[in-house]
Amino acid sequence: MLTKDTVLPRLIEIITPFNRAGTDLNAKTTFATDLELDSLTVMDLTAEIEDEYDMLIPVNMLPDLETIGDVADAVVKIKNA
Amino acid sequence: MPDLFDKFQPLIDQYEGLMASGLRDPFHLQMDEILSPTRAVVNGREIILVGTYNYMGMTFDPDVIEAGQKALAEFGAGTTGSRVLNGTFQGHAECEAALRDFYDMEHAMVFSTGYQANLGLMSAIAGRGDYIVLDADSHASIYDGCAMGNADIVRFKHNDVADLEKRLKRIPDGAGVLVVLEGVYSMVGDIAPLKEMVAVAKAAGAMIAVDEAHAMGFFGEHGRGVFEQAGVEDDVDFVVGTFSKSVGTVGGFIVSNHPKFEVLRFVARPYVYTASLPPAVVACSAASIRKLKYAHNKRAHLWEASRHLHKSLREAGFTLGTETAESAIIAVKMPDQETSAKMWTALIEEGVYVNMVPPQATPGLHLLRCSLCADHTSAQVEEIIARFKRAAATAGLPLKA
Ligand SMILES: Cc1ncc(COP(=O)(O)O)c(C=O)c1O
Repeated sequence: MLTKDTVLPRLIEIITPFNRAGTDLNAKTTFATDLELDSLTVMDLTAEIEDEYDMLIPVNMLPDLETIGDVADAVVKIKNA
Repeated sequence: MPDLFDKFQPLIDQYEGLMASGLRDPFHLQMDEILSPTRAVVNGREIILVGTYNYMGMTFDPDVIEAGQKALAEFGAGTTGSRVLNGTFQGHAECEAALRDFYDMEHAMVFSTGYQANLGLMSAIAGRGDYIVLDADSHASIYDGCAMGNADIVRFKHNDVADLEKRLKRIPDGAGVLVVLEGVYSMVGDIAPLKEMVAVAKAAGAMIAVDEAHAMGFFGEHGRGVFEQAGVEDDVDFVVGTFSKSVGTVGGFIVSNHPKFEVLRFVARPYVYTASLPPAVVACSAASIRKLKYAHNKRAHLWEASRHLHKSLREAGFTLGTETAESAIIAVKMPDQETSAKMWTALIEEGVYVNMVPPQATPGLHLLRCSLCADHTSAQVEEIIARFKRAAATAGLPLKA
């Protein structure tokens, strides 16, 4: 079973190379405002997270994933479904 | 209260900046006269049209015009109704028959635009718990159709067969899946490896839709599209198309051999809740489709013109979107937005119209897009090349040695 405690630090590792603004990365960091990711970068980042967990994060789910914590919750939920 | 337009301010600023630089406005050009599929008058001057998607030059075909005039006189200016109410006339049925014959398929459904055909298919065919798997570079109408429906939407990297396969493997067992592909991608005019992609999608048990908007009329033995050329006709469940390019009118369609296809007429909302095409439009379209079937000379000429323009622009040092002419779209890459606007203006001054692709449509790319027409003469193509070279000098666009 994956838990948010293990997923969150791994997500932060994956997101670090995308953090060009040097923002503090934690569960509350937002992708749009804090990280200022454009749509192409979001696609690359999503693909990396999907590969890490061998899963799909559908495009229609993205608007609900505002923070790194939201993604961690989604990964745990989908993988344990 | 905030002004609801505030969110558009960056775009308004960008546009006003472009206009303040004294360049022409690429997005509000007015064609005062259309002399032929390849010539128009703008501001009292004749220009060559090299960005119309009028691939087969059918807009002024005498048989097409005659069919339209007859229908206009006999059936009136409009239908004032939905396809499922009072808006299906003899011409709509005839148009669907022409499509069934052209594609050699059992079913054809004519929509008011290609945009709506994609909206209708994507939003209706896949429901909650189903998946639509689409190329990341898919046309806006495919994305919008997905957004209208309730399926889960999964993207794969543009034209990447391995990425498509990887994503299909991750879909939970038991979910319905539609894979959406395009024959020709309209931004740079590259074609999809349909043989490999269709094989991978079939192996995963998915249904397959191919949008052949930019390929109808000149790919494959019968001009059906890239899916015909790739030899995958029997494995494709739906072909989506438009009348607004090779057919030379306006409208959209889906053709299919699926035995239950006709139910889409009740469930595709963009088919039901809008008025049908005017009688003249369906009559012109049917006449055009019937002629496209036999337009072998036009097809050959279009390919020759496309290859020649591609080769010559490349040799002149322009940076193009593809290594070779894969379709009738030749995209010229610009280094930045400003040079792109300058080059576009210089081309208009020289008397050449191409599309300046808005940067929102191709993040990270600045493109001037040419599309050829079967009616472009060899002399016109030479003229286009010469004008491109002069425009590059005027616009200060560096060319490769
Ligand atoms: C790939 C693709 N599909 C669909 C459409 C929509 O066609 P229409 O102009 O008939 O709405 C277009 C044209 O813009 C297109 O390029």
